[in-house]
Order: sequence, then C-alpha cells, then structure tokens
Amino acid sequence: MRNLIKIAVRNLFRYKRRTLLTSSLIAFGVVLVIVFGGLAISFKTQMVGVLTNTAMGDLQIHRKGYVESIDNLPLNLTLSGAELAKVETMLKDMPEVAAYSPRIKFGAMISNYAQTSNMRLSAVYPEMENRTVTELVKRIKGSVPDPDNFLRLGEILVPDNLMKGLSLKPGDEIVLIATNREGSVNAVTLRIAAVMENVFGPSGKDGYMHIQDAQALLRMDQPEIVEIAIHLQRFDKLSPVASQLKNESAVPQAPFEVHTWEQLSPFASIARIIDLLIFVVKFILISIVLVSILNIMTMSVYERISEIGTIAAIGTPPRRILSLFLVEAFAMGMLSTVAGIAIGLGILWIMNLTKIDFTFGTMNVSLAPSIPAGEIVWVAVIVMLVSLFAGFQPAHKASKMEPVDALGHV
Amino acid sequence: MNLIRLVDVTKTYNTAGVPVAALKGLSLTIHRQSFVSFIGPSGSGKSTLLNLIGTLDKPTNGKVLVDGVDVATLDRANAAAFRGNTIGFVFQNFNLIPVLTVYENVEYPLLMLKHVAVKERRERILNLLDKVGMLDQKDKYPNQISGGQKQRVAVARALVTNPKIVLADEPTANLDHATAFKVISIMHEMKKVFGTTFVFSTHDPKIVGEAELIYTLEDGVIVNNDKKELNGGTR
Repeated sequence: MRNLIKIAVRNLFRYKRRTLLTSSLIAFGVVLVIVFGGLAISFKTQMVGVLTNTAMGDLQIHRKGYVESIDNLPLNLTLSGAELAKVETMLKDMPEVAAYSPRIKFGAMISNYAQTSNMRLSAVYPEMENRTVTELVKRIKGSVPDPDNFLRLGEILVPDNLMKGLSLKPGDEIVLIATNREGSVNAVTLRIAAVMENVFGPSGKDGYMHIQDAQALLRMDQPEIVEIAIHLQRFDKLSPVASQLKNESAVPQAPFEVHTWEQLSPFASIARIIDLLIFVVKFILISIVLVSILNIMTMSVYERISEIGTIAAIGTPPRRILSLFLVEAFAMGMLSTVAGIAIGLGILWIMNLTKIDFTFGTMNVSLAPSIPAGEIVWVAVIVMLVSLFAGFQPAHKASKMEPVDALGHV
Repeated sequence: MNLIRLVDVTKTYNTAGVPVAALKGLSLTIHRQSFVSFIGPSGSGKSTLLNLIGTLDKPTNGKVLVDGVDVATLDRANAAAFRGNTIGFVFQNFNLIPVLTVYENVEYPLLMLKHVAVKERRERILNLLDKVGMLDQKDKYPNQISGGQKQRVAVARALVTNPKIVLADEPTANLDHATAFKVISIMHEMKKVFGTTFVFSTHDPKIVGEAELIYTLEDGVIVNNDKKELNGGTR
C-alpha cells in the first residue's frame, strides 16, 4: 500500500499546476463548509441561547390542550397545586433538569389612571425564574443588584413600548385589571420596578409580576400554574429529556403536555433554514469534489493509456491498476481536505480573535464561530468517499483496458 | 527443450469490417536460453507474434504454448499473473514510468508482482543496474537520461523478476545504430548471465548481430530462418 500511495502522490504532482488548481477548488469547498458552517452553527446556537435563556426556557410543560389555544392565554387550562407537585417531583428526579419555573400567564389591562392598554403577563417566582431563564435580567433596563429578587411583591416589569405609550416611568403606579377563569373582574395596584425590553426590540407587550400578586388578582386560592419552563444542565440533552417527559405525558391520566422551544418559537423555522443552508453548502462541496475528481482522473487515465498498457503488460493485475487510480483519487481528496480543514479552521480562529459582535433585538451578541468536531469528521469522510466514488469510473476503465490496445495507443 | 511453441497460428484483425490476416498459419519452436530475433518490414506480423507469445493477445486459430501453458486459456487476471512470473518486456518506446526514478522503475515489478524481501530486492536491483551500466544513474528520472540509457533500464526492469523469457518489440527502433547495437549486446550478455530466453523483433537487419536464430517474417509468414553461431552475426 505504501508503494501505491507513493506512486499515486507522484502521479498527482506530475501535473503540478492542474493538481494545484483542482485541489484548490476542493479545498475551497471544504473551507466554505467549515467557515459557513462555523458561522451558521454559531449564529444558530447564539440565537437559540438568547431565546431559551431570556424568555422561553429549553422546554415547557402545560396542561394538555393549552398550546393549541395559547394565543388566548386561557386560564381554564392550568395545573392544580396537586398536579404541579407531581410534576415537580418528576422534574426533581431528573438529573438533567437544572431548574424549572412555574408561571401563570394571562392577559390584562394596564392603566395609568388616564389611559388604558392591554398586555400579557407572566407571573413568576423571581428566584425560580432567574435560575431557569438565566439571562432574563439582561432584558431589564438598569442595574439589578440581586437577580434572584429582580421582582418583589407589589411590583411589575413593564415593556418598553407600553412605558412610552402610557408615558410611564419606573416608580410610577399603575392599575392592572384582569378577568379570572370564572369571569370575575378584579384589579390590583402595582409599582413599576423597571422597564423590560423585548428581546426582539421595542415590540410586544409582555410584562412580569410576582406570582403571589397574580394569585390575588385572579382570586386563586392556590396558584394554578399555566406553564412550567425548564432549564437543562446541558442543552444537547434536549431531545432525550423531551422524549422522557413526553413518555411520562403520554400516560392517559397525565394532565400535562411537553413542548421543546422548537415547537413553541417561530425562530425554529429560521433554525431549520440555517440547517438547510448548511446542507446546500455541503451539497455544493460534494458536487465540486465529484466533478473535479472525475474530471482530473478521466484526464489522467486518458493521458496515461500507454503507461497503463505498460504496467499491465509487465504483469500488474487489473485489480492493482484499479487500486492505483483509486488511491490517486483518494490521495487528491485527502490532501485537499487536509488543506481545506487547516485553512478553514485558521479562518475561524482569526474570526474568534477579532470577535464578531452584532445586535440581535436588544441583545448584544458576540459571535464566536466554531465548528463541532463531528462536522469536520463529516466533511473529511464525505470528501474522501466522494473522491473514491468519482475516481472509480476512470479507475475501472483503466483496469479494463486491454494491454495490447493500450500499448498501441499514441 | 521447448519453451515457446506455436502450432499453425493465425491472427486476423477486423479493420473497419475488413478482415486483415496478420499471421497466417505460423508454426515454430523456441528453445530455452536461446537468443532469437524476428526481422521483417513494418506490417509483417512481428509485433503480433510477440503479443501472442507475451499473452497480451490471443490467436484467432492455432495454439500458442509458452512454458507449457496455452495462452488462449488464460483470463485477464491469470494472464497478468503469468506475465509477471514468466515474461519480461522491453518496448520500442522504453515505456519507463516517468514519476519513478531509474531504481524505482526497476523495482516496480517486484513491488507490484512479487513479495521479495527488502534486502534481496535491493541487491537484485543494484546488481542488475550494475550489469546494464546504469548504477551511477539510479536516482535519475527517465526524462534525465538518454534513449539508450532508458532502454538499458528497461532491460534491467524486464529481468528483475527472473523471468524465463524476455520479449523485446523493436527495442532499438528509437536508437541510433551504435546505441542499438550496445543494447542488443547487453541483452545478449544478460542472456548469458541469467540464462534467460530473449526474443526480439526488429525491422533493421543490421542490428540482429548476436542473434542465434533469426526468423524473417513477411506478410504473416516465415520466409526464412537462419541459425547462426554465437557472436557470428552481421552488424
């Protein structure tokens, strides 16, 4: 094999310029996959991180049927105290669950005594919410000295555009009016603790209040939980944890349903588009490798017909001739891949050094492009397999040549 | 003792649908350790005959027996193995592999065809290169040596597997007369040293000098066979 490789590599460098051009093309494809893949995966990871760590959590649990009517924020599809206790016991038994946060979500009217507007509220236990949605406090304007107490009883966090619309400022008093599940209307006076920015910028009408205030407003004897947000120890364990929870929820008497962030956020479609783009780039790479190797190996066989005749005449078996050309195609793929991976990783390293910062909504995101080792292995394996595949036809042709015809070729 | 035997061999090619007979009922015998030349003009059937003996082609009719094996019965893989073990080739255009050095060209058949220990392989190659006078050029590439030197390397390559027969099709066609004669002399010398049967073809009667048996071919038939005493040929 060592000799086959030696001859194959020397044959490749017989036509240096041609080999260099073809290798550059393949290496460029590899660089494209690594750099684009690194950027796209990093962008997706950052965006998913922003969404899950500032608002949604990694997974959410609701009463069965809630997500179907989520736009109405129904208060009749809740988990009772006993049901919540069962779910909490289940979550505490799962080592993958880092934290969870029960929430009451409902719609209400906010009034500054002169004007009224509608808003959506998430009523939370601040400490549990802060540990589940670890970057929520970054959305609060101004400093938050104690993140576990970003919200106290009697306080509300109001979104930026409502503050402006109702001419409010932190410390002002507002009235919150809501209808409970029985249709009874109630109101509560709250003080604005701070302005809450929407992660997507000055839009939306989502505010936060303490769960005990919501309990009073909605006249609940005990908290009736609409949603439980879950934060995992490791995000890459999302699928198995979701499967495990879904299995638990599949039991007929289980009152809850489980959804991952992907099932709840429209950004999941963008994430899928990013995955599709990465696939398209990979497909382009495969096409480049296929056409380049097929082209160069076909030319190589055509130019060396007489040489093929010689080695066949002196007794080289057809199988060996096939191997000789396959090794040549493989060597070209491998050399190009190694060069492409080295250049691609070099570019990613430089990008990491220079730091690519951008603003996503109100969040400053620092893009640190990196590519998982599995992706690099995928690129290397696929390029080499495609090289072999592309080299097979010319190699097969070479091995099938009749030596007497090949020797007579001019 | 017979090494090569042809019995009523014909070979017909179809050229644009027209059958063209290259060999017409040829019968001959070549003994072991002989030094045989086929001469004749272009198109007389010399190359076809060497191709048949070399198992590169199969006869249309008749039998070609090489070392007791009927070449028509060999498939591609077996024919390749048979050639690797039994036959060495020297070509008109030298046909050295351009990406390999002189040493590596001679080494190639041993690497591809036979498992010979490294030490023995090296000794055998250096010995052959020494015998053909190319030892000092062993690290050069084919494009760095002359035509005569290339053909000497080709002779060494043909002999490196210790074949029973070396077939040389017009080995001197691309060489000047002096160089051509030197190459034939080297081949003859190798025959004496290794006991290998050499069969070569040429269209130039002046360089058959040291051939012990000269067959003259014309239009696919032998018109003359001339046995000579060793070293008694024409130049």
